[in-house]
Amino acid sequence: MELTSLIAVAIPYAAIAIFLIGFSYRIVRWSLSPVPFRIPTVCGQQKSLPWIKAGYLESPWTRMGVVARMALEILLFRSLFRNTRAELRQGPKLSYLESKFLWLGALAFHWSFLVILLRHLRFFLEPVPAFVGAIEAADGFFQVSLPVLYLTDVVILVALGYLLARRIWNAQARYISLPSDYLALALLIGLAGTGVIMRYFTRVDVIAAKQFALGLATFSPVAPENLGVMFYAHLFTLSALIAYLPFSKLVHMGGVFLSPTRNLANDNRARRHVNPWNYPVKVHTYQEWEDEFREKIAAAGLPLERQ
Amino acid sequence: MRDRGWIYSGLGLFLILVTYPFWQNLRAGVTSKGPDLRRPAEAKQCVMPVSYMRTSHMDLLASWRENAVRDGVRTFQSADGQTYNVSLSGTCITQCHASKEEFCDRCHNYASVSNYCWDCHVDPRQAHGSAR
Ligand code: HEC
Ligand code: HEC
Repeated sequence: MELTSLIAVAIPYAAIAIFLIGFSYRIVRWSLSPVPFRIPTVCGQQKSLPWIKAGYLESPWTRMGVVARMALEILLFRSLFRNTRAELRQGPKLSYLESKFLWLGALAFHWSFLVILLRHLRFFLEPVPAFVGAIEAADGFFQVSLPVLYLTDVVILVALGYLLARRIWNAQARYISLPSDYLALALLIGLAGTGVIMRYFTRVDVIAAKQFALGLATFSPVAPENLGVMFYAHLFTLSALIAYLPFSKLVHMGGVFLSPTRNLANDNRARRHVNPWNYPVKVHTYQEWEDEFREKIAAAGLPLERQ
Repeated sequence: MRDRGWIYSGLGLFLILVTYPFWQNLRAGVTSKGPDLRRPAEAKQCVMPVSYMRTSHMDLLASWRENAVRDGVRTFQSADGQTYNVSLSGTCITQCHASKEEFCDRCHNYASVSNYCWDCHVDPRQAHGSAR
């Protein structure tokens, strides 16, 4: 294998290793931090008396309720849906307005990304499972052009474009944007962009790409043949993204499951929660104290609780 | 603290899922050999260079279709000066690639490409009625 092929093989493997180890490390680190108590910062009524209507999804008190709240959060980004913006209107009047575009853009991006990721299984599995074909058929439903245009390819670029434009043009968002925010967006835009260019414009030998991918996935890598610059750009952007993931804010893909305000049932009043790191405290109860000084208390004529 | 069991199960499940292609391929003994195609017996030269066809044969078919259906252009002149009839079933399948199954389909199954063309067009060699 010549040097370029060696690099093309070594970099993805290194990236995957960094991702698997780094991601596990982050999750394990999080798992070690204690979760002492339920955090009832919710916008729903807590379960209390029977005649007070409690918010089952907003402030769940059962495990099923928590699962439902988590599912809404993870699949539909429910807390982002409540996003508002503050604006000064007619001089000194501060108004709070609904702001759904961020939610819409985020939802469009994440779901497209998931579909694209699943579609890519066609490169890594042989034979290709039927559900991948079903996803492709649904994604290319409108049968526009040849090769068929995938809706998610359009949606992901529009959504990422919006998310980037928002950081640049929205003054408040720009103010709190850090280089790492732009880096994550740049990597994702680069990844989707090179993929789209490769599929619809410069073209790539898909069979050779699959052979290369299968080589990686069977630990018997073969040199990529005539795959062109765009393929390498795509591969290395992806490698950079997954290697960077454990070090970045993108670990929220695992972290969202560990949000204490979302994943703990709000049963503070119904159940007794003992602080898990309580050490056994040596206590001296009033009863014991009274027994200890019984004679002296009686001699002084003070009242005794137990005669 | 009491949630560690949940967290580690979730992490384990995630790791199994993301590495699924690796152990699935190892278990099934998959290799990167590629599809086994039946190349045309008589014809020696394709309408376009092989390297172009590998990546862009759908472009060619799209322009054939466009030209034939919209502009009525039903001949195609290749780079080496030969003239071909513009016809998916007639030229591609019948004249050169004797078998759609062993050529187009094998490759497309390998790359999970669904070809809706055959909803309407037929492979003339196939029994009547079952063309797809
Ligand atoms: C060497 C492998 C190979 C062979 C042989 C092959 N194709 Fe393809 N074909 C592909 C690949 C790969 C794609 C999809 C490209 C992509 O997904 O970007 C494709 C896509 C297509 C498309 C576009 C369909 C879509 O849904 O995007 C058409 C039409 C097509 N092929 C027709 C044919 C016909 C007709 C034949 C037989 C005469 C044939 N191909 C033989 C590999 C092949
Ligand atoms: C809805 C049915 C239908 C589908 C699906 C379809 N075609 Fe056609 N196609 C036709 C008809 C009808 C004609 C016109 C036949 C004629 O005038 O001789 C045609 C003509 C063509 C022609 C030129 C004439 C010929 O006989 O080949 C090409 C090339 C062609 N189609 C390619 C394709 C490709 C590639 C696909 C898949 C991406 C496709 N078609 C999908 C119905 C269809």
